Amino acid sequence: MQRLLRHHLLWPVVTLVLLLAVNAAFNPGFWQLQWRDGHLYGSVVDILNRAAPLALVALGMTLVIATRGIDISVGATVAIAAAVAALMIGGELVVKDGVQTHVSRFPMSVAIVAALAVAALCGLWNGLLVAKVGMQPIIATLILMVAGRGAAQLLTGGQIITVYYAPFFFLGNGFLLGLPFAVFIAAAVWGALHLLVTRTALGLFIQSIGINPAAARLAGLHERLITVCVYTFCGLAAGVAGLVISSNVKSADGNNAGMLMELDAILAVTLGGTLLTGGRFSLAGSVLGALIIQTLTSTIYSIGVPPEINMVVKAAVVFVVMLMQSAEFRAAVRGWVVRPAAGGVR
Amino acid sequence: MGSTVVLEARGLTRRFTGVLALSGVDFSLRAGEIHALMGQNGAGKSTLIKVLTGVYPPDAGTLALNGEPIQPASPAAAQRLGISTVYQEVNLCPNLSVAENIFAGRYPRKGAAGLWRIDGSRMQQGARALLARLNLDIDVTRLLASYPVAVQQMVAIARALGVDAKVLILDEPTSSLDEQEVERLFAVLRRLRGEGMAILFVTHFFEQMYAISDRITVLRNGELVGEYLKTDLPPAALITAMVGRELSAASGRNAQAAAATGPALLEARGFGRRGMLNPVDLSLRRGEVVGVGGLLGSGRTELARLLFGLDRSDSGELQIDGQRARFEHPAQAIRHGLGMCPEERKLEGIVAELSVRENIALALQARLGIWNYLSSARQKEIADRFVKALGIKTPDIDTPVALLSGGNQQKVVLARWLATEPRLLILDEPTRGIDVAAKQEIMNEILALARGGLAVLFISSEMDEVVRVSDRIVVMRDRSKVGELPGNSSEQAVYHLIAAEA
Repeated sequence: MQRLLRHHLLWPVVTLVLLLAVNAAFNPGFWQLQWRDGHLYGSVVDILNRAAPLALVALGMTLVIATRGIDISVGATVAIAAAVAALMIGGELVVKDGVQTHVSRFPMSVAIVAALAVAALCGLWNGLLVAKVGMQPIIATLILMVAGRGAAQLLTGGQIITVYYAPFFFLGNGFLLGLPFAVFIAAAVWGALHLLVTRTALGLFIQSIGINPAAARLAGLHERLITVCVYTFCGLAAGVAGLVISSNVKSADGNNAGMLMELDAILAVTLGGTLLTGGRFSLAGSVLGALIIQTLTSTIYSIGVPPEINMVVKAAVVFVVMLMQSAEFRAAVRGWVVRPAAGGVR
Repeated sequence: MGSTVVLEARGLTRRFTGVLALSGVDFSLRAGEIHALMGQNGAGKSTLIKVLTGVYPPDAGTLALNGEPIQPASPAAAQRLGISTVYQEVNLCPNLSVAENIFAGRYPRKGAAGLWRIDGSRMQQGARALLARLNLDIDVTRLLASYPVAVQQMVAIARALGVDAKVLILDEPTSSLDEQEVERLFAVLRRLRGEGMAILFVTHFFEQMYAISDRITVLRNGELVGEYLKTDLPPAALITAMVGRELSAASGRNAQAAAATGPALLEARGFGRRGMLNPVDLSLRRGEVVGVGGLLGSGRTELARLLFGLDRSDSGELQIDGQRARFEHPAQAIRHGLGMCPEERKLEGIVAELSVRENIALALQARLGIWNYLSSARQKEIADRFVKALGIKTPDIDTPVALLSGGNQQKVVLARWLATEPRLLILDEPTRGIDVAAKQEIMNEILALARGGLAVLFISSEMDEVVRVSDRIVVMRDRSKVGELPGNSSEQAVYHLIAAEA
């Protein structure tokens, strides 16, 4: 019991459960699941599906933050990856053997690989600026946050590029074993990353670098190389999220895709209990964080908060959750509550 | 040489949480002199300067400037009185122009009521005039960061002069300058002395101190040892004044040096880096403990950092087992069987929030690489072995290393390297800041390892320790190696060598 109370995921889990409870209270049908055409439908499935891209971005962000860094360019990377994929797939209507079909400009696999490669390149650029040039992470990634958004707008010509190629829609809209395919993508990335940080020395290395880069270097860690790899992965993860998002909306919007997603991702990581000061991190926490954010968004809509104040409500909830997460704050509260009772004894 | 006393302190005393950092120190600084403040680490030099400049109020004692009692409450207040300080680390703003730096906080104003606009041209003129006093003619509108450190240092001095200074205090102004730059700085100081400025100068470099100062005040353990004219205090006497105790005559390690004869494991020739370490020759054999003797700032730590690839050498060559080697990253040194316990345990040694187990496994894991992961079980096995062997006192091996005492943290860092089965271990101040018992245990462990064939480069400020454990002693001064002594030399002999020709 004591161990359970001290578990680092306790507070994220409590938060999520509370939010789900509020949802269920306001919306009796919240837990209802329907089986239609071999697919599961319901609010919970919807939250999972919508949280998947954010979870992907947050996973990459977790590692970056663990190295004491931050990457505020992930939203732009999402937009770039989406734009590259949409441009390369396109989808033209042609008549083949008397049947109208949509044909992709490049094979879809090539387009996906290219989009992911460009996203990884974005991450690599950030990593080089941080680790080799020695820029502060927030400034280094600010460059790509601005320039990357511009590049995405250039690629799309400032328009929303619509994709007409059905197989591509599977990423963001398809179902596998009754569940949205995007959920499987996020789960697979999470699983692979979990194995990588627990079954290889990567987790130990990243934490060492985040806690004490000088000591890590002196112990023989190639701290710069690892940092570059971490940022590259973060870009790649954002690229995957970009594909899922553009597939989901069947288009790429250079102006708005992934807009402010970096802030949600940082929030998700923080909600999950990973400190911005680097070091110890929790992948599961970040996934929970992404779920909390998405659930909160759904809650705000489902309980009918007027749209003009929903940002305020969201901010208030995040504020309370952050206070709950703080061990100092909890200790202070305990102090207020316990002291009068204990006063007589002492 | 000046004669009127400008700044006078009587009976200055200052405590920090019970520790007496300054105890009844008298000090006087005269116009037109350069006065050196000498003492070992912890002698109270910094505290004295901070009391003189109003950073700390004294617990007891008085300060007088030109005969008038003063009580500066802050560095700014001291500056208004005419006591200006230039600190070791240049603390200016690299992103402001030279002129802005010189006048930061007291920009000349113009316009209505002189309140609103900064008078740029007046500021630049003033800056140029001040720099001209220092014989420096540079573009004052350029960013400070675009100039080398030596120029930044001059700008810091110009800033200090700007407020009509009578007393200039320089805290280790030369620690990041090369020889020519030092010469240039000294020319400026001599010029200011000629103008009647009273200059207090703190340095660890003997040669520089003798080159520039007129008078020397020596502190030890927070107490005044004495004030001397430079001509009355030859280097040997200065060292005795600084170290203060009877130096042990004989050594403990009775010349087992014969044990280490084979070929050199590590050989450095003309090995150095400009501005850090003048070219050094050094060789180390298996099973040999080579001590490095020298005062703070003598280049000991720089030697260790260059050998281990933490900084890159730019002269000479390094051979391991007779093969040329060049280390640009510690990982390369580790691959050749080197290990290093750094001087700053907290900054560069331990990874505070990681467990004892992870800390011990770290260097070995770094060498094995990412894929060749030591399982928790293997890590536990290794950690258990060393916790037992070195007597590391920890509740369990999963305790964060930050919760251990200093001595035990040091043992963890030592264990980290022993786990890599090194052939050469560089120990930079391995016993600093740890209790006597732990110190003894660590020293015994090092000697036992050397008997087992490990080569050790042992760096310590505590000369008795160096003399006791070393087979050979490399003596350093002013970033150069000045000689080598056999292991059974006396401390006296080491200090003599340090002081010779300084």
